Parts: sequence; C-alpha cells; structure tokens
Amino acid sequence: MKTFAYRTAVTPADGLEPGAVFLAGGTNLVDLMKLGVATPDVLVDVNKLPLDEIADLPGGGLRIGAGARNSDVAADPRVRRDFPVLSEALLAGASGQLRNVATTGGNLLQRTRCRYFMDASKPCNKHTPGSGCPARDGDHRDLAILGASASCVATHPSDMAVALAALGATVRVDGPAGRRVIPVTGLHRLPGDTPERDTVLEHGELITAVEVPPLPFAHRSTYRKARDRASYAFAVGSVAAALDVHDGVVRDVRLAWGAVAHRPWRAFAAEERLRGRPATRAEFTAAADVELAAAEPLRDNAYKINLLRRMTTAVLERLAEGARR
Amino acid sequence: MTTTTKAVGAPLARIEGPEKVSGRARYAAEYPVDGVAHGWIVPSPVPRGRLTAVVADPTGDTMAVLWHGNAPSLAAVDDPELAVLQSDRISYRGQPIALVVADTLEAARRAAQVLHLEIEAEEHETVLRADHPGVYEPETVNPGYPAATVHGDVETALATADVTVDVTYSTPALHNNPMEPHATIARWDGDDLTLYDSNQHPSGVAATVGEIFGVDRVHVITEHVGGGFGSKGTARPNAVLAALAARVTGRPVKVVLPRQAMFSMVGHRTPTLQRVRLAAGRDGTLSGIDHQAYSQTSRLYEFAEQTAVVTRHMYAAPHRRTGHHLLRLDMPTPRWMRAPGEAPGMLALECAIDELAEKLGMDPIELRIRNEPSAEPESGVAFTSRHYVECLRRGAERFGWSGRDPRPARRREGDWWIGTGVAGATYPTMAQPSTARVRALPDGTFEVAIGATDLGTGARTILVQIAADALDVAPERVRIRIGDSTLPRASVAGGSSGSASWGWAVTGACRSLRDTGRDEVTFDSTELVQRQETEGRHAYGAHFAEVRVDAVTGEVRVSRLFGMYAAGRILNARTARGQFLGGMIMGMGMALHEEGVLDPAMGEWVNHDLAGYHVPVHADVESIEAAWLDETDDRINPMGSKGIGEIGIVGSPAAIVNAVWHATGIRIRDLPVRLDKILDGLPAS
Amino acid sequence: MRLTVNGTEHVLDLDPRTTLLDALREHLGLTGAKKGCDHGQCGACTVLLDGRRVNSCLLLAIAHQDSHVTTIEGLDGHPVQRGFLEHDGFQCGYCTPGQICSAVGMLDEVDRGWPSAAADDDPLSDAEIRERMSGNLCRCGAYPHMVPAIRQAAGR
Ligand SMILES: Cc1cc2nc3c(=O)[nH]c(=O)nc-3n(C[C@H](O)[C@H](O)[C@H](O)COP(=O)(O)OP(=O)(O)OC[C@H]3O[C@@H](n4cnc5c(N)ncnc54)[C@H](O)[C@@H]3O)c2cc1C
Ligand code: SF4
Ligand code: FES
Ligand code: FES
Repeated sequence: MKTFAYRTAVTPADGLEPGAVFLAGGTNLVDLMKLGVATPDVLVDVNKLPLDEIADLPGGGLRIGAGARNSDVAADPRVRRDFPVLSEALLAGASGQLRNVATTGGNLLQRTRCRYFMDASKPCNKHTPGSGCPARDGDHRDLAILGASASCVATHPSDMAVALAALGATVRVDGPAGRRVIPVTGLHRLPGDTPERDTVLEHGELITAVEVPPLPFAHRSTYRKARDRASYAFAVGSVAAALDVHDGVVRDVRLAWGAVAHRPWRAFAAEERLRGRPATRAEFTAAADVELAAAEPLRDNAYKINLLRRMTTAVLERLAEGARR
Repeated sequence: MTTTTKAVGAPLARIEGPEKVSGRARYAAEYPVDGVAHGWIVPSPVPRGRLTAVVADPTGDTMAVLWHGNAPSLAAVDDPELAVLQSDRISYRGQPIALVVADTLEAARRAAQVLHLEIEAEEHETVLRADHPGVYEPETVNPGYPAATVHGDVETALATADVTVDVTYSTPALHNNPMEPHATIARWDGDDLTLYDSNQHPSGVAATVGEIFGVDRVHVITEHVGGGFGSKGTARPNAVLAALAARVTGRPVKVVLPRQAMFSMVGHRTPTLQRVRLAAGRDGTLSGIDHQAYSQTSRLYEFAEQTAVVTRHMYAAPHRRTGHHLLRLDMPTPRWMRAPGEAPGMLALECAIDELAEKLGMDPIELRIRNEPSAEPESGVAFTSRHYVECLRRGAERFGWSGRDPRPARRREGDWWIGTGVAGATYPTMAQPSTARVRALPDGTFEVAIGATDLGTGARTILVQIAADALDVAPERVRIRIGDSTLPRASVAGGSSGSASWGWAVTGACRSLRDTGRDEVTFDSTELVQRQETEGRHAYGAHFAEVRVDAVTGEVRVSRLFGMYAAGRILNARTARGQFLGGMIMGMGMALHEEGVLDPAMGEWVNHDLAGYHVPVHADVESIEAAWLDETDDRINPMGSKGIGEIGIVGSPAAIVNAVWHATGIRIRDLPVRLDKILDGLPAS
Repeated sequence: MRLTVNGTEHVLDLDPRTTLLDALREHLGLTGAKKGCDHGQCGACTVLLDGRRVNSCLLLAIAHQDSHVTTIEGLDGHPVQRGFLEHDGFQCGYCTPGQICSAVGMLDEVDRGWPSAAADDDPLSDAEIRERMSGNLCRCGAYPHMVPAIRQAAGR
C-alpha cells in the first residue's frame, strides 16, 4: 500500500484534489490498495457526510443514500416489500461482515474481480493501460460474454447493481460540473479501447444517492445467482427480473444479468421481445436467446450462454407462476 | 494406588479450549517480542530465469533488502527450497527471491511491492501432460515405495475380460490453505536462535534450521498451530528468511506469509492424471487392475506422490499393475496435503469401480465386497485388521442405501436432481519413533513432556488421556507439555501418525514410571517401533453421499455425507468426530470447489487467494455424520489406535462424484465438479 | 490517533496505512482477532464495530477513531463462547475468535429482524445459521460443531 494523506470529507467538493479518491466502506478500495493496484495520493473519507438515509420518493420509489450500508438496505422493510429483487441481490452478495460495511455507492463502483487486474505483478489493460489482456487467452471462465472488447473482457462483480439495473434506478451525482443524474444502466462503460475507465464518472464526482423509481409490479421481482459454492462467492451468472403478467400475457418485464459484461447487463432486447407475448416457457427462452445472440464467448466461458438462457427461463417462469396464484 | 478410570475413549473436552475461545491462545506471529522488525517476501514474478540485480529505493524506509547478491551463505540441506536467497536461479513463479525488512509491516510491504528487480526471464513450461516427452518414471515414490509394480498379466486379463473399464480421471493442483498462514518470529541471542514458528514438527524444524545456520541451539516454540494439513510438516522458507534477516539486522524479525504466497512456497497437492483400467467377469470378480498415475514435480527436487500405491492393496485381482510417472515443470514443488496419494488415488479408483458397477448392472457395494482380499493382494502379507466390508454394510444400513434405484437421473424433487453415491476409504497405519518424559511432581500430579504439536487434532488432550491410563490416574492429574523443540524429540504431526507415535512413547514412559516407582522417566520408542513386523496396517472406511443438482443451473449441493470407519480404537470420541468430519468436508472441497487455476503463460495458479480458491463454507455443509465400528487391533501399537486425521478425505470425493452421476447421468472425470461441466448434459426435466 | 477497544481508549502513533486488524495485533497486543487472508475473504479478523460484525482487515484504523471496537478479548464468557466449548466448535482454533465474534453479531442481526439469503421461516434454523455464518471460513471443517453451539447460545 502506497502512503496517502487521509482527510475527512465535509463537502462533496473535497474530492476534487488531484490524486484523491473517495473512501466509503473501503472493502474494495483498501483491498486494492493493499495489492498495490489502487495507489491514491489522498483518501477522502465520505463516511461523515450525511448520505446514509433511505427515504421515500413520491409515488412509491425510494432514494437510497450512497452511504447506506448494504445490510441496512437489504433489511429495509420498504425495500423488501416493494423491491424484493434488490434485497435478495444484496443478501446474495459477499458476507454479513462485508455487507455491514459496504455502501451503496461503493458497491456500484467496486472494480472487477478479474484475477489479472487484482495482481499488480501481471499485465492488465485495466490497471496498466497498454500492457495487454492476459485473461483473453488465460483464465476467463468467470469473465464477459457480452459487450467485451479485444482490450478487456472483465465483468462487473456486483449483485446489487444488477437489481438496480433491472429496476431502472438512477444515480445522483455531485461534482465539479454540478449535479447530474445518470441511469444505472449508463453508469458503467463498456471497455472498448479504454478499459481503465470503469464508469462515466469524472474525477471528483461523488455519488450521493441512488433513486429507485416507483414500479408497482416490482413487488413481484426476484434475483437468482449461480455460483461455485453455496455462499460467499461471486456470481458466475445471475438474473434480476420483475414481471407483470395480465391474462397470461406479458404486460411488462424488467430483466438484467450479472457476471456477463463490464456493466450490469440490462436485457433490453429480451424485454422488448417479451412485451405483449404469452407468458410461456418457450417465449421466455426465446427472449433470452434474442439477447444472447450478441454473445461472443471465449474458450472457457461459453457455458454462460446456456446458463443465462436456463436461468432466465426459470426465473421468469417462477414469476409468472406467482402471478397466477 | 490405582484408580479404575479409563480416560482413553472418553469424549474429553479439549484442554486448550478455554484459551482458544477467549483469544488467549497464541499462534506463532502473536508473541510479544521487543523490537521486532517485519520482513516481507518478494516473490519471483517469472517462472524461470535469473535474478541479476535488485535495486532498492534509497529513500525507502527499510532496514535491509536481502537477496542473493548480499545474503549470507547458508549450509545446504535436503530441501533445496530452504536455500533461500542463495542463487540467482529462479525455479518457479512465487519463489522468494528477496526479503525486505522494515520497522513496520506497512513499510515492508510497500517497499517489496516497488522493489526494482532485474531478471533475465527464460522460456518456461508449466502444464502437466501425460504425453510430454519429458515424462519419466521415478525410482521410488513417497515415502519409499517402488514406482511401479507388476503382478500377472494385466493386458491379457483386459483382453479376455467380460467387462472392462478404461477411464482417465484428473485432479487439479490443490492447496492446503490452513487458516493460519505460515509464520515465524526469529530472535538471536548470540548463537542461540529462538523461533516462534507455525509448523507440525518443532523437533524437525529446530534440527533443520540449526543445520542451515550451523548452530546447535535452536529453540522452536509451537504452542498453537492454526492447521497445516501437511504444509507445515517441515521448515518452510519463512523460518529461514526470518532467521537470516534477524541475523543480518540484529533485530528480531517476523515473517508472515500473505495468503497469496500460500499457493507457492509451502507446497500443494500435485495435479494428477490417472488412467485406471479394470477387467472383470460378469459376476463382478476383478481379474485385472491397472492404475497409472501422472503427476508433476519441480526443477528443484523430485517429489513423487504415491498416488497409485493405494491400488496395490485395496481390491483382490490376480493380474495387476501400478505405475507412477513424473514431469518436471517450472512450477513450485508439490508437497504433502492431507492424505497425499490416497486422496487423489482413491478418487480415480473408486470412481472407476462405480463405472464398472454401472456396466455390470451391479450394486457398487456388492461389487466392492465381491473383491475383498484376504491378505494384501500384492505383498501377500496379512492385515492386522480389516473391516472394510463391515464399514460398507453397516454404513449402507445407517445411510439407507437399500432400495436405491441404480439407474441415474431418476429422482427429481422440485428443482433438484437427487442421487446417491458410495466409495471406500483407507489410510495406512503408521508410527514413528519418539521420545517422551514423565515426571511425578510433589503435588501429586504428573508432567508429561514431548515435542509434539496439536494442529487442532486434539493431540494435547489425547496424550493426557493416554498418560492417565498408563499411569492409572485421573486425567486431571496429568499436565501435558508439547509444542517446544527443547522437549524430548517427537516425530512429525503427519501421516495420521501423531497419536500413535507419541502415544507409544508416552505410554512407555508412564508405564515405566508406574512400574518402577521412579520420579522421572524418559522413554524412547525407537526400538519398539522398528521391531514392528511387516504386516498390512490400514484403517478402512466407507463414504456415502447424497447430492442434489440444480436442474436449472447445474449447481451441486451435498445434502448428506456419511462416513463409517474402522480405525482401531478411537481415543477421544469428541475430537475424533471432528477429525473425520473435517476430512470429509475437505473431501467435499476437493470434489466440488477446489482448484488451483493454472495460467500456463504466467506460470502461476492465478486464483491465489481465498476468494478465488474456494473452500467449503458453512452453507455448503448440510447433514454430515461420522460413525465407527468398535475395532480392536492389538498388533499395531499399545493404544490399538489407527490414524484418523486423513481417512475422511479419502474416498469422500469419489462418493460425491459418483452421486453426481447417479443424480444426472453425467460422469465428471476432471475435478472439481462444477456447473459449467454439468450444464450441457443435464437431463431434460 | 485514538482507538477505543473493549471500552478502553488508546492513543497511538500509527502509519495511516495501518488497518484496524494490524493496529489490534501489532500495536495493542490484542491478538485474538486473526489474520487469515488480509483481504476480506475469510472472516478470521471479525470484530464488532459499534456492535456490528465487520472484517477488521479491510478497515483503516484512522477512519474508525470514533467507533467502539469489541474484540474476542472483550467478550467475557459470552454464551457463544460457552457453546463453542460445549460442542467442540473448533479444532485448530485459528478461525475461532472470528467465528465467535461473527456469531455474536449475527445473533443481534437476527434479533433486529434482518433477513438472510436462506430465507427460512425460522431465522435460526440450521440452514439460516449456516448461511449467516458463511463469511467465516474454517479450514478444519468444524462447521457441524459450530451450528449447535450457536443454536444453543441463541437459547434454542
Ligand atoms: C471477499 C469478498 C467477497 C465479495 N462478494 C461479493 C458478492 O458476492 N457480490 C457483490 O456484489 N459484491 C461482493 N463483494 C464486493 C463488495 O460488495 C464491495 O467491496 C463493496 O460493495 C464496496 O463498497 P464499499 O463501500 O466498501 O466501497 P469502497 O471500497 O469504499 O469503494 C469502492 C470504490 O467506490 C468509490 N466510491 C465509494 N463511494 C463513492 C461515492 N459515494 N461516490 C463516488 N465514489 C465512491 C471509491 O472511491 C472506490 O473506488 C465482495 C467483496 C469481498 C472482499
Ligand atoms: S479482462 Fe480486463 S481486467 Fe482482466 S486482464 Fe484483461 S484488461 Fe485486465
Ligand atoms: S483476515 Fe480479514 S477476512 Fe480474512
Ligand atoms: S478451527 Fe481450524 S480453521 Fe476453524
């Protein structure tokens, strides 16, 4: 870990200093600093900023402060009642200890778990631009099948972000250029030629809150995560979904996938295909296939195509069944 | 004065329990040592090459940067990995090539990260392949068995058999990963060296480190050890580096391995490729067995795992062949990991047997019983005791095996495919010479001293029980001292031989004290141990697994795992249960989770941490039980005990893999069984 | 720098890079919290921070000067500790302080009605305890002995 100056943020603007990085729960940042992958000159601790509130929005939405801890969000009665997919996604992630510390903002901005990225002694375009992407020919079983580039095939590891993407949440940002609102689906970039940049945020921009808009049918929503052991493991594939079925026909649907791309992957094409169609197993699979048509798997991660197809079908079927009851 | 207590066999609670649950138990890195400095190991970033220069940041806040260019020279010992910082040669990625010493951990770690290394990298090879031209047959495999054996004519047996099986199973590199990383604090007082070191063998570590530094008085303190599973059986580079740095800096030095380093310089279980061929008659009688194992070793020295040795005595068959084949790679040296040899060997053998049962349409338990030998099939020597068949039968009853539909992919419950599997288990019963001392103290208690260690096996408690019975006193009157190299020399806590070896010496000392009425007796078991006759000494067991496989994702969960053992006298039912279950859980890890993921270009297992290398968590362990037969075997040692620390990982992986087949109809022959290997073959619902 | 641990305030002169875990182990002589991975991947370093269970290896000490830290040394004869002793909930003991602190924090979470991924009706069923405790690895595999220990401590 490189030495750094430590400051407590009093206003969002305290992060503007060159070389400054915000410290929230630190469960990702401190990890990467120990590994020598993150080398901030200044740590600006945002934990004293009043950002941990979970507030009602008019019409049934929620504003979740960037500093709200993952465990508090997961346990919030409104979240559990109106947006179960979000609570479930959070509970499927990390461990009790980590969720007690990890924040909403930090969770969104956590970096990839690509093993080369997390090792400063190895080449990686994300931590050292231009050094190459050894994952492409090396270990990529857990990495992207959608939206990747020749320079990077990393995935975004968050579970929570997948639920937020499905729910159409937005991110409120405060920064040098003022305040702005970014959809969660537009927060993370695709890697392209500049995989070193994970998101569209500029230096010094602080996430202050995440807003989940009202979505009445989201009370019937769910998160399913496939992983290599029963708990305390990152996803190898995950599905967040909400389904609105009327008379056996899909009136509306929200679908997002995790562990398949550089961003939480909102399956817009699949949603589009499903709206107005019968809520049947065959239709669900067909919709997943529409989205998966763009997949470009590598040597060892093609299984994710089948995995996502099967999981998506099963999750939507389960939601449709629930709607019938 | 005699009492009628029988301490051995009682479920005595661990003596050091209160210390462990209160946080007072001290592990190696936790001793308060004045003025201690911190050493951080710099691992080689290439798998092969030469280190030509090390340039430290002159403004850095370090006390020393040691490398082969400035490190004092050390005497060579048997283990070349302990010749740290002695040569420019780099033999694997992760090899310690420099050590940074600083006042604080933070400073040492950072200086190590930014240290400038000049390295001439060379082409490297890191992939184990059976058809590699460099594959050779070693002369012997651990710990001294012939590499190959041939009896009869296997090829003809195979050619003429009613039914044959010819399968290749592979297992990946596995990493011991005890929760406590290897750690040492070294302090010199003149030529006296004190090491607080995490290891399985303080007497051995003291001797080795003494030889390396050419000093006689090395005091190794190993009171509590946070697990080892074989990786702490001998001194590791951390001990030598700490002592070296302490010598150079004149300060006590602490070296703790970061978790990432636990994947390289402390050993691992070699990857294996194993071809098993079975020849059988329609009735299931085996006529031939062939087991050929391929594994790897390093450029530094030959470590030849005894993978196929277990096949030499497991089942009867007139025609048989076993063999071992090694390939030297630019990779870390494999070492011992819980049941080295038996664990991977029985995976291949017991899965192959299951495949044969399928082909024969025969119950896999019946098939095993059909091939029960009356003496060791290759050597012809008699077993001191063998209750394998009883383990299979009684285990089957307890598990509820009867009535099982042998056909795969028949049981569907909700979202899950359900299946059951069985596999045998065995582990050799060993003992090594040790010395113990007992003293009668004025307050009526007895002090038993032996340089043993307790890695969580319960050894400390069991030795008290053994001593109490040998002295004919209640266990409360026995005080035990272990974990210190200045105590009478003991053998390694390995090979499931600790209790037997140390218990033998303790029994000898205590009985002699009781019988002679002396105040102090020191007893060396060497002669007794060496006088043992050549007999087949093994513990046996049978593992049963019920798994469920997610019909959507292919995720596997083990709903039930059961082990039935015949392992001689169980010295402490409470700690024994922990040993059996712990082995079975590690077996579950081997079957489903654990894999060192090799990147051949990097020459490294890239998932070298506990987020990337999955070991079972709480949620993976559902219903799990162990039971044992009352086995009496008075031919093995005075306690009648067989080792129990390793048998739990032998066969349990095969039982799970076989159950996955039964659930889904899919034979996974390359471990671990993971959803990506199952997904495409899942039966339609 | 200030740190309040087990009710005592300490004043320390620490490198800002020092984690809470290293501050406890290397500077305060409180070695009950263990270092198993140093990266949030094992739970051996679990302590209670203002009553919540956390991995102390990923916290910078400098950022937690206003918090109250409770380590295993501060749990004196807690029912979870007694449960572990009675049920032999450990072997080597290295993961044990973390398991115990984690269980203490976990039982409090259950009291507060927090859900878990196990989603059982009974928040203290064996499946729930296992899921909630999954952030603590035990390489010795003492898990089956810990579950009844924790159940007992919960008064079941
Ligand atoms: C072993 C392990 C297992 C895990 N398993 C999972 C899992 O299964 N699923 C999962 O989803 N996650 C998992 N995680 C990741 C965990 O969820 C994240 O580390 C955590 O959510 C990050 O939150 P934090 O508050 O600690 O972020 P920090 O580490 O503090 O920050 C992360 C990044 O976000 C930036 N940042 C933080 N807050 C703001 C803000 N308000 N505005 C702008 N920038 C900000 C920081 O500068 C930093 O770059 C795991 C982590 C570990 C260590
Ligand atoms: S996939 Fe991306 S993060 Fe991983 S090595 Fe390639 S460039 Fe680096
Ligand atoms: S040491 Fe903190 S989680 Fe492992
Ligand atoms: S008791 Fe050894 S790691 Fe848990």
